[in-house]
Amino acid sequence: MTVAIIQFGGSNCDQDVLHVLQDVVGLDARLVWYKEDDLSGFEGVVIPGGFSYGDYLRAGAIAARTPIMESVKRLAAEGKPVLGICNGFQILTESGLLAGALTTNMYPKFKCQSTHLRVESTETPFTSSFRKGEVVRIPIAHREGNFYANEATLAQMEHDDLVVFRYVDAKGRVTDEANPNGSQENIAGIVSTTRNVLGMMPHPERASEDILGSKDGLKVFLSMADHITGSA
Amino acid sequence: MKYEADVIIELKSGMLDPEGTTIKRALEHLGYFPESVKTSKKYTIALESNSMHEARENVEQMCEKLIANPIIHNYTITLREI
Repeated sequence: MTVAIIQFGGSNCDQDVLHVLQDVVGLDARLVWYKEDDLSGFEGVVIPGGFSYGDYLRAGAIAARTPIMESVKRLAAEGKPVLGICNGFQILTESGLLAGALTTNMYPKFKCQSTHLRVESTETPFTSSFRKGEVVRIPIAHREGNFYANEATLAQMEHDDLVVFRYVDAKGRVTDEANPNGSQENIAGIVSTTRNVLGMMPHPERASEDILGSKDGLKVFLSMADHITGSA
Repeated sequence: MKYEADVIIELKSGMLDPEGTTIKRALEHLGYFPESVKTSKKYTIALESNSMHEARENVEQMCEKLIANPIIHNYTITLREI
């Protein structure tokens, strides 16, 4: 029951995710260099944050078209959990595993700050340990995190309960001030229609231990571990 | 035959263009007041092909598969023989 953490050239949150999964959650995890394109035997995948391919062309665009992503798609099609964090989220939208696109922040600057998120759906393998409507604190660090989808897609996502996290203020209200990047409808994280692929711009691995100031993000990995150990 | 394509990638109309907006604001500080400023990216692609038609189809596929993101971008291709 091992989780693959995919490393592309330019990934830089891979070790943090490995630490949280192995040392904090106690789940078996292994770093997988993107040239190893066989993921059979893994029970889940995390695509960590960073700047794969230096964000050339568009953030995530080139990594999304590497052969290992075909293996990720196969795993996703088998129903196994796939989590993309930050650049991982960008890779998942670029690969077509998730809807929409992540574009330049409304104020076109790299933003590294703590954000409040509201958990909109607990019906996913990554959020089952949260309470619906719970407000949590998880930091962001990105320049291309402005979620965009056309109106029809947004309406469908709303209807299908695919929005998992929204940026809110400390009281849980969706406001423009609480939206750090201009994302439509304050969207911070979404799942696929099959619900087993989650992309989120905030970094749960940076909020998984008390020493980091918040351990709200840990529940993402605990939920994932529950799902994997329970379903295997 | 050799061809060269200029591919221009633009954001679809109605999409936010934060860089364009920032540049517009900077121009206003300098005393210029353009109606709008939009950013785009240009890629120049040289390729070998049997015909203009084949070259265009080839570059269109490149745009669809990688160079543009059809969710947010429009693209235009200008092709010439070199």
